[in-house]
Amino acid sequence: MIGSRLFPLATTFVIFILAYALCYAQFPNMLSTRVIGNLLTDNAFLGIAAVGMTFVILSGGIDLSIGSVIAFTGVFLAVTMGEGGVPPLFAILLVLAITTAFGALMGAMIHYLAMPPFIVTLAGMFFARGMAFLISTDSVPIRVELYDTLQDLYFRMPGGGRLSFVGMAMLAVVVAGIVIAHFTSFGRNVYAIGGNRQSAELMGVPIARTTILIYALSSFLAGLAGIAFSLYTSAGYSLAAVGVELDAIAAVVIGGTLLTGGSGYVAGTLLGILIMGLIQTYIVFDGTLSSWWTKIVIGLLLFSFIALQRGLVWLSARRRGAAAIPA
Amino acid sequence: MRAEDGSLAPAAGRFVSGRVMIGSEMLLRAEGISKQFLGVTALSNVDFDLAAGEVHALVGENGAGKSTLIKILTGAYRRDGGRIVLAGKPIDPSDVMDAQELGIGTVYQEVNLLPNLTVAENLFLGREPKRFGLTNRSEANRRSREILGQYGLDIDVTSLLATYSVAVRQIVAIARAVDLSGKVLILDEPTASLDAAEVSRLFSILDGLKQRGLGIVFITHFFDQVYRIADRVTILRNGHKVATRPIEGLKRIELVSLMLGRELQEQEAHVAEPVDRSQKPVVASFKALSKNGQIAPFDLEMRAGEVVGVAGLLGSGRTETAELMFGIHQPDHGTIEVDGKPVTFASPRDAIAHGFGFCPEDRKLDGIVEDLSVRENIVLALQARRGWAKPLPRKEQEAIADRYIEALDIRTSDREKPIKFLSGGNQQKVILARWLATDPRLLILDEPTRGIDVGAHAEIIRLIGELRQRGMSLLVISSELEEIVAYATRVRVLADRRHTGELPAGEISADAIMRAIASAEDETSGGGAGEGRAAEILREGTA
Repeated sequence: MIGSRLFPLATTFVIFILAYALCYAQFPNMLSTRVIGNLLTDNAFLGIAAVGMTFVILSGGIDLSIGSVIAFTGVFLAVTMGEGGVPPLFAILLVLAITTAFGALMGAMIHYLAMPPFIVTLAGMFFARGMAFLISTDSVPIRVELYDTLQDLYFRMPGGGRLSFVGMAMLAVVVAGIVIAHFTSFGRNVYAIGGNRQSAELMGVPIARTTILIYALSSFLAGLAGIAFSLYTSAGYSLAAVGVELDAIAAVVIGGTLLTGGSGYVAGTLLGILIMGLIQTYIVFDGTLSSWWTKIVIGLLLFSFIALQRGLVWLSARRRGAAAIPA
Repeated sequence: MRAEDGSLAPAAGRFVSGRVMIGSEMLLRAEGISKQFLGVTALSNVDFDLAAGEVHALVGENGAGKSTLIKILTGAYRRDGGRIVLAGKPIDPSDVMDAQELGIGTVYQEVNLLPNLTVAENLFLGREPKRFGLTNRSEANRRSREILGQYGLDIDVTSLLATYSVAVRQIVAIARAVDLSGKVLILDEPTASLDAAEVSRLFSILDGLKQRGLGIVFITHFFDQVYRIADRVTILRNGHKVATRPIEGLKRIELVSLMLGRELQEQEAHVAEPVDRSQKPVVASFKALSKNGQIAPFDLEMRAGEVVGVAGLLGSGRTETAELMFGIHQPDHGTIEVDGKPVTFASPRDAIAHGFGFCPEDRKLDGIVEDLSVRENIVLALQARRGWAKPLPRKEQEAIADRYIEALDIRTSDREKPIKFLSGGNQQKVILARWLATDPRLLILDEPTRGIDVGAHAEIIRLIGELRQRGMSLLVISSELEEIVAYATRVRVLADRRHTGELPAGEISADAIMRAIASAEDETSGGGAGEGRAAEILREGTA
């Protein structure tokens, strides 16, 4: 039997396989490397951001600012590389430094001012969106050589599918996320804080440093997602990526991470992203369905996952009660 | 014998001379530790020492200062005065981590581990073994198995801690504390949620740690465990150290008298005159009331015009008894009759509707509404009984408040003053007034004189006598034996979560109550630790 720890992840995996099997039964073409390649490319920026969100939610927090940070990154890059004439690599490093520092600042406020992450990152959301508008209110096209090179970079899979650069970047971020979550002290500390902040503190987890790092990581990955998004759209627009934070939260939860923190897997988030992408692909294949069906299905999935998590918490509480009183 | 009059300090001094030194160099020595919270003294000039390879029990009633002393030793609080010497070096732990690194590890009552991590991750959190800069899980798992093997625990260390029982978690917590600190282990009521077999296992582990030369501080209020495991015991009362004694040769009754603060053979006049109970009408009767793990079945018949004193040590089931009677918790078994008619209390509201009143032990937590005025606090219960749809007219509220402020001599500059600005004794009188305003037939008082000054103390006792004479039925829980003697018309004795005896009016004296408590504690703990309180509760639970 699968332990309750792996159960949500296993459920997500089964749902993904079942969903894919259903799609395949109706449209055999969906099982091709082309579709898979597009799935990864189309959802790359969301996947990168969702890995950061996974760490935030694992620690028991939330980050509402990432959609705005993605938009800010795009606009910043478009304007600095275009009008500003800043070398593209330098602009990229600069924007990543800015977003990381921004996240660290939010983390510091959450810890030192003892403010709820919801409020601090809500403020961050408005601030970053506002800064994007300040730089430019227009959709600014990006025309630099580096972008052309990266957009043309892809790995041809058997069957003709293309694994694009942004798709590869997302997979790399997922792998890095798995390593950080499970094979570093920082990762352990994230789970510890999400499990019980007070106990973690008594056990010597550096709460301040870890909290700051978590939000810095999330904003850094949002910046990276912003770069991926600008590569995907070849533009920066301050109204882009509205509500992406909510999609990322949905992917994390569908991926089996407990919203209360302390339990979940980065790999689950990838599955969550793929399930959401699959629904969209199905709607495109069908051609008659309204795209709103994506939202409806994701909503239903979220409802069922929250119910599943509740059920698991209830089950483990019952088991613990039974363990305390030997029959 | 009250804290407020300071009579304890000299008494404490007398007993210190009886201390036995185990070796000349103590592993841990705390001298003259003092701590105040907002001007209230929590610890006053307390000495404590611990030898290597010793289990030193720390006992005392609620508010005696046990947890304050522990928190100072572990760096959770900073002391106001005194010094701490560990292995010959003065130390000044600034936080829990600091104390841990110095060698003092603590396992708190609520096991402070993380159930969402694996056993191995819990053991190595914050000091994970590394390889190539990444955490080395297989190494952590291997070492965890090794560490837990020393405690005779062979479990899957890669499973989540949540999947294991409280007992296993406790052992893991101890293993972590010992592995991390290695000199002093402090256990704060570690047996509270363990069953008899688990307690035995914990004790054999502690025996093993003693052999390894660790000093262990063991906080408990279970007497049989003190006798089973401890080498010495230190008794705290009202923030003072009463005595440190070797367990060997210490009689149980001596320990009880040290805890309750009385010396033997002291005679007390019985103040309350005997009542011919059979002449008085029965207000309420409680038959075979019980709650699993809280209190064993008990019968109690409350008649008008009597004061039933409830005596017993901390954790003997005093408050649990009162809470069942007032509907705060619902009994698993048993019946309640009021005026001969069976009733059920789903909540205190039902009890209030039948004319019951209850002044809880912790008035800060359960009693007063700090920001409301004296008047509002007084009319609260009366208003609740009328229902919120029918507010008491303001004039009537003022009249009631003024009447009780005068009758109980509540010292307040005016009735609209927020109650938080009143002294402890006056707050207590306001709560009493609150229930008196509802004209209850049965009033339950849980430690009515705790933390109030001597003058107010005498007044409360006088008031209890008056209420009884007016025909009210009262149940009063108290740790102060003289106080019970002063107002009780009969005394219920509790030990180990059961009602073990009753002293009728003619036999009440502080001495008799103490002997009853000590013999009850003796009886219930026959057969050593394995057959201790936990076993009792379990048996009751399955009965």
